[in-house]
Order: sequence, then C-alpha cells, then structure tokens
Amino acid sequence: MATVIPLDTRRQEPRSQDPAMTEARASTRPAVIDIRGLSLTFDTADGPVHALSNVDLSIEKGDFVSFIGPSGCGKTTLLRVIADLEQQTGGTITVNGTTPEKARLNLAYGYVFQAPALYPWRSIAANVALPLEVMGLPKAERIRRVKKNLALVNLVNFEKKFPWQLSGGMQQRASIARALAVEPDLLLMDEPFGALDEIVRDHLNEQLLQLWAKTEKTVVFVTHSIPEAVYLSTKIVVMSPRPGRIHDIVESDLPRGPRLLDIRETPDFLKIAHRVREGLRAGHSYAD
Amino acid sequence: MNALLAPLRGGGVLPFLALVAVFLAFPLPGDANALGLSPIPLGGLTALVVVAAAAFLRGAEALGIGLGLIASFAGAALLIDALPNAPMPSGSPGMSQGFWFALIAVWLLAWTTVDRIAGLTLRHPLARRAADLAIPVLFGAWLLILWEVLVRGLGVPPVLLPAPSAIGARLVAETATLWADFRQTFLHSVLIGWALGCGAGFLVALVVDRVPFLKSGLLPVGNLVSALPIVGIAPIMVMWFGFDWPSKAAVVVVMTFFPMLVNTLAGLDASGRMERDLMRTYAAGHGQELLKLRLPAAMPFVFNALKINCTLALIGAIVAEFFGTPTVGMGFRISTEVGRMAIDMVWAEIAVAALAGSLFYAAIGLVERFVTFWHPSMRR
Amino acid sequence: MPTEALTPLRSVFRPHPVARFMNERAIPVLTVVAALLAVWLAATYLLNVTVQRDAFERAGTPYTARTLFLATYQMERPILPSPHQVALELWKTTVETPVTSKRSLVYHGWITLSSTLVGFAIGTLLGIVLAVLIVHSRTLDKSLMPWIVASQTIPILAIAPMIVVVANAIGVTGLLPKAFISTYLSFFPVAVGMVTGLRSPDRLHLDLMRTYTATSSQVFWKLRLPAAVPFLFTSMKVGIAASLVGAIVAELPTGAVAGLGARLLAGSYYGQTVQIWSALFAAALMAAVLVAIVGMLDGIVRQRMGIRS
Repeated sequence: MATVIPLDTRRQEPRSQDPAMTEARASTRPAVIDIRGLSLTFDTADGPVHALSNVDLSIEKGDFVSFIGPSGCGKTTLLRVIADLEQQTGGTITVNGTTPEKARLNLAYGYVFQAPALYPWRSIAANVALPLEVMGLPKAERIRRVKKNLALVNLVNFEKKFPWQLSGGMQQRASIARALAVEPDLLLMDEPFGALDEIVRDHLNEQLLQLWAKTEKTVVFVTHSIPEAVYLSTKIVVMSPRPGRIHDIVESDLPRGPRLLDIRETPDFLKIAHRVREGLRAGHSYAD
Repeated sequence: MNALLAPLRGGGVLPFLALVAVFLAFPLPGDANALGLSPIPLGGLTALVVVAAAAFLRGAEALGIGLGLIASFAGAALLIDALPNAPMPSGSPGMSQGFWFALIAVWLLAWTTVDRIAGLTLRHPLARRAADLAIPVLFGAWLLILWEVLVRGLGVPPVLLPAPSAIGARLVAETATLWADFRQTFLHSVLIGWALGCGAGFLVALVVDRVPFLKSGLLPVGNLVSALPIVGIAPIMVMWFGFDWPSKAAVVVVMTFFPMLVNTLAGLDASGRMERDLMRTYAAGHGQELLKLRLPAAMPFVFNALKINCTLALIGAIVAEFFGTPTVGMGFRISTEVGRMAIDMVWAEIAVAALAGSLFYAAIGLVERFVTFWHPSMRR
Repeated sequence: MPTEALTPLRSVFRPHPVARFMNERAIPVLTVVAALLAVWLAATYLLNVTVQRDAFERAGTPYTARTLFLATYQMERPILPSPHQVALELWKTTVETPVTSKRSLVYHGWITLSSTLVGFAIGTLLGIVLAVLIVHSRTLDKSLMPWIVASQTIPILAIAPMIVVVANAIGVTGLLPKAFISTYLSFFPVAVGMVTGLRSPDRLHLDLMRTYTATSSQVFWKLRLPAAVPFLFTSMKVGIAASLVGAIVAELPTGAVAGLGARLLAGSYYGQTVQIWSALFAAALMAAVLVAIVGMLDGIVRQRMGIRS
C-alpha cells in the first residue's frame, strides 16, 4: 500500500464535497516547488491579460502533480514560470529552494513540450545527446546516458533513425528520453501526449507511471484530459481562466506507483474524476 | 463508321494527323524543282511512320513508343540530311511542300511518343525516374531539331539566328578562346565575387542578428536593395577597380551580398519557439544556441541565397564586362562579336554561360541535398 | 468580475499604432539610412582627397586642410561624388530641365520605363497562360517545366545585347527589342510562381470540389485561380524588378542614345561620375516605386479577396 499523501496545508478548499479527500495533513517531505501569491500579467496590444492571479501551491518531492483546466487558465504559463521560461509579475516562487533561474542554470529539471521538438537534422541518439553536449559532458558519458535513457523509453533500436522516420508516439518518447538524459529530479511536462491518439496516449501513460515509479522523480504534468490527470497523479490542481488561478486541489487516494489502466473503472477513480469535473465546471461557469 | 472513329477518341488524334501528313509529304507535280526528300528515304520514312502510328492507334503503347522513337529520330536525320549545306541563294524556291509535311508528320509522331511516355504508369521507381528524365531531354532534343530544320530550311540568315549545328561547330573550333573567356569571367570574377559576397552577407547577418535595432533597420533596406538594378554600379566599379576581373568581382560582391544578408537573417529566425525554449531549459549560451539550433535551421535559407546568387553572379560579371575589360571575358566577347555580327560565336558563348550556370547551380544543389537532407522538401 | 477589472487598464498599456510604427520600423530604418549617408560622406573625402591634392599642387594653388576638405565635395569629376552633388544633379535633370530635352532624366527614365512596362505586361500574361497550360497538360508539365526551372539558372541577361542588335538588323528598333528582353526576364518567375500557385490547393479542397462534381474549368475558376493569386503577386514583384534590369541592360552595349542604361554608359565613357550616380539613383527609385505599386495592388486584391497577409 502506498504512503498517505500529504496535502498542501496553506490552501482552504471552498468547494470540497468529500472532506476525507481534502483533509489537511502536515507536510513531511521537503517542498521541491513552493509558490506563494504568484501572479503574471502579459501586456498585449489588447490590454493586459491576467494569465495567473494569486497562485499558492507547494509540490513535494516524489509527487506526481497534474495541472488541469480549460485553455487560457494559465496551466502552461504556471509550468513555464517554474521552468523560468516566463517571469512572474508578482509573488514568489522557489524551485529546489532557489530561484527558478538558478534552478534552470543548474539544469534542475527536464522539460517535455507539447510537441516532440526534436531537431530534424539530428538522429534520435544525437537528439537525446543534445542537452549533454550543452552541459559539456565527455563523450563516453554521453553515450552511456543516451543508451540508458533510450532503453527506458523502449527506443533501443531507433538510435540511428531521424525524427521524421518515427511515429508521433515514438518521437514524444524520444523527447522524454532527452529530458531524462539530463538526470533531473524534477520533470516538467506540458501536455506531452496532447497530440497523440487515445490508444497511444493510454500506452504512454502506463509507461510514464512505470518510469516515475522506477526513478522516483517529481513530475509536474499539464493536461486537459480528466482521465489522464486522475490516472497519473497523486495531486490534481484544477485551474480556471480569466484570471488564471487555482480553483481546487484534489489529493488522490489511489495507490501510488504503477497503476493498471483498469483502475479507471473503479469507483474510487470515478469519484475523483467526478470531483475534478465538478471543479472544472464551477470554475468555468461564471467566467463566461 | 463508329468503329472506324473509335481509336481517335482515346488520344488517337495526333498519330492520325501524323498519318495524314506523311501521305501529303509525297511531292506534287509542281514541286519538282524544289528541294525535298528523295523517293527512297521518303518511302522508308512513310513505312516507319505508318507502322508506329498504327501501333499507337491500336493501343500497343510499348511497341508504339519504341517505334515512335526510332521513326521520329530517323525521320529527323533524313530531313536534316536533305537540307542544303550552303546557304540557299536568294530567289531559289526553297524546300518543297512535301518536305514540310514530312517534318510535320515526324514532329507529330515525336510529340505523340513523348505524350505516351508521360502517360505511362510505371511501377519501378528507377523506370519512373528514367521516364522523368527522358521526357524533358526528348523535348529539348526536338527543340534543337526544329530549330535546325527551320533555320536552314527557311534560309534564315545566320546573322539573325544561326543553326544549332553552326553554333556547335563554333564551340568546337573556338575552344581555346571560349576557355580563356570562361577562365576570366567564371573562375575569376564569378567565383571569387560570389564567395566574397556570400561570405560577407553571412557574417554580417550573424552580427546584425545580435542587435535587434540594427536588424529591424537593415531588413527593410536589404529587401529594397535586393530589388534594385545593382548591375548599374558596374561603370563605377570599373572606374574604381580597373578593367581587369577585380572590378567585375566587386560588382558580383555587391549583387550577392544583400540576398545572402536578408535570407540568412530570415533563416536565423526560422527555428521554432519551442526549439529555442528547449535550449533555454538547458541553460545554453548564445554561441551554443547558434551552433546547435539556429544555424542548422537557417541552412535551407542560406542555400536558397547561394543558389539565387549563383545566377546573379554570372549576370553581374557578364554585364559588368560590357563597360570595359581587357580583351578577354564572356561579356567582352559577347559585346564585340555582336558588333561584328558573328552571332554564332555569341550563341556559343551563351551556351557556355548557360552550361556553367546550370552546373554551378547543380553543384550547390548537390551540397544542399547533403547538408539539409532533413528538410521536408529534400526527403523522398 | 474579471473582465471589468481589465477595462480601466486597457488604454494605458496599449501603445499607439503610430508610436509603435515609429519605434519598430521608422526609427531603426532612418538610423541605418543616416549611418549609410555618414559612411558615404566619409568615403567621399577619403577617395577624393589625393586626386584633389594633386590637382591643387599641379595648378600651384595654395591650400589648407579646410579648403582641401571642402574642395573634395565640389569636384567636377570626383571618384565618388558626394550625396549633395547627386541630389543636385537629380534635381537639375528632372525639375529644371524640360522633359523633352535629351538632358532630362525624366525623358530617359520614361524611355526605360515604357519598355519595362510593355515587356512586363506581355511577360506576365505569357507566364500566366503558359502556367495554365502546364497545369492542365501532363506532357507539357513533364517536358517543358524542367526547362523553365533550369532556365532560371542561366544568365539570360547575357543575350540582351544580341537581341537588340539582331532586332535592329531586321529593322525593328526602339521600344520593342528592349521590351522583348523585359518580357523574357519577367516571364520565367511569373510562370514558375503561377504553376506553384495553381498547384497550391491541397488534396482536401480538391476532393471537396470533386464531391460537388465540379468540372475542371469550375475547379480552375473557383479554386485554383484564387489560390494562385498570392503566388502571382509575389512573382510579379520579382518580375517587375527583373524587367527593369532587363530594359537597362538592353540599353547598354548597342549605342543606344536614350534611356537610363544609355546614361550610365555615356557617363562611364566620359568619366561623368555625377551623371552615373544620378542615373543609378533614378533607376533605384524607379525600381522601388514599381515594386511598391505591385505590392499595393497585391494588398488591394488580398483585401478584396478577404485574405489576411
């Protein structure tokens, strides 16, 4: 049986329906990401857009956290702030106890984009080796890590292929291997399976959970699919748009570690999924 | 009646017309003193055309194409052979009516053959490539044949348009001169100017790319200058750098600089936002991002400029020579031989320029295939 | 409500469009142009100073650094004329000289412009017609298209003098031979661009027309032609610039007495650098205006067709 998941203590849930699921528990593990009062406003030609407004969130080591919400709720923006690809306009954020910029410069995280973003002029192996070249690792170490991480995502025999010779699912697996090659403790994933069909997505979800259980990394995962979020996560952050903010944080009491896909038909799963759906509906209804 | 017309429907019109034309090729009584095909070759030609056209009309494609190729080229050879070798004296009746009908018949047959080759559905990729190569080659060959027959058959004065054979003869006879001109113009002005202009444009683009203010200022200016008639600076360059090749190379440098600058700048912006964010997550410096992402992504644009510039360079070098050269060079030769009405020599020079231009272009294309193999337009 | 909260901030954050144009386009461009002018002025002194010093010394005129400096900008046949000399010459030969005079740049410009425009119009028309034929004939596509593409790699301009001389020999003089070269040069980009454009509708759109059982002429008028319009204008911009270059080069080697090309040649014969530079600027101005006009037409047609650029 998996350990009990501690809950973020600072946040009060206004719409909790099942007190058991959101009962406040003291955090026992160190926070990898700590966000307080974070907001971000973009200046556009049509005036300022409040992408994020007053966000509080704490993510502990070993968590698998999903951000879910409709488009425009700021879930990707929040991930990009964590990755130091955007800067907040208010509030504070620490990643691994330092600023996101320092964390980025320390290569503290691996980032997986919506698209594979593999460089077409590099073979799969060379793509996975790209961050290692930037880090200036010696060749032998690069080869070792490429081999190891391609094995992790089951792409051993495709090293010499070029990205366009692979299917979309394989390309995205290669991009995950590329993020893992940095050997970060933190994995940031921005709708990595959004462009794939459901059969491939299910398969990759299963593989991702196995990988997470094996490597004990902290994963922050952006998605707009409720089953995906509930299936993968230990904690689901439900967000709503205009302004982008956290609407609800749902702790999952599903067993940690690799889960079978069948878990999606269990009552526990459906209960959490129902609560997430309720949150999405409530968060969305008054914004339009 | 219907059964008789049936073959005409499925593209049978052309071979049918060829048949009609070849029978009209037999001399009329009034044509007796005009020049034309003698009876035996004409008979043979008729037999060949009839058999090939029949094969096409019966739908025997492969046989028709084979016979069509043989008949049309044999016919062309016979027709060219029947042409007078010396220029026709004025007042001579010229070629007979039958000769022109024979030409029409042979040409229609050739067109049918090319048309049928284009219509073949070939499964083997090698066969397809062979057909794709053969069609333009046949088309080009027939352009030359028609040119030869029309110019000589109609007695077009060589000062207006020399026959291809005359140009070919000049090419062979004047090899030494042509080579000297080629060396002066191509190997010196074009190649050196092209390399310097492209190199400078590329390096300046790398520098300008780092300064956004300069970039937004230079890009519109560069785009404007790319559309200007820059060859006009040739007289100035001749004044500054003298008559020999450096002045021509200077014109080429200026002409090739801006297309390279504008294309490289566009290429450096070609990499996607996600790809750049990726480099940022690796904490990559400017140099690493340039080397590993933006330069490779810019290569298709750079090669585009290299190819545009290879034509521009030839034009620049040749035109600049109109303003003064030592007595050697392709542009110099063209302008002086035009003055002396030696138009066949001009055409020979143009043939060399065309060949050099296309080979230069093809060579860059080959390197491009190798470097940008990953680009969607290069994948097969 | 969140939307209301946004409203008061709106006007503060949105930069004025004119201000944005100034900041992002006009100021950088003007700075670059000013820098080029500064380089030109400096180069004028540096290139002319030795010649001017020699001239003073030969004439025995005493000179100071100041008079020498000023004199380099006033030479009659400078190695590099200064910008104000070129501007003055342009002003003199366009505004102060009657248009009918042989010394008027307007007169020479018009000669070049007329053959450019005639050639460009014929070339564009020819290019479009050929593209339509190529798209509808498999044989033409496979036999002719490779040659059209290959011909872009050939320095076609080299035959310009020959065409003019040969045309003169058979009694065709004046505008037509030059226009022929312009035709020749504008025809290729238009044909290639138009073929690409007519082929640009994707499978999906063509299949849609098929479900309507549209005839091939309906597919042409309703799908292929509208899709080709942006390609047409892009290649027309290339074509008109090429036409002008063709007209100018056609005036070069044939002893033509009128036209911008002839002005260039005459200037180079007699060492009249100021004349060369002013002809060059007139040509550049004409090219810029012609390309801009095609660009404007492009914009109007796009707007009418509802295509956003």
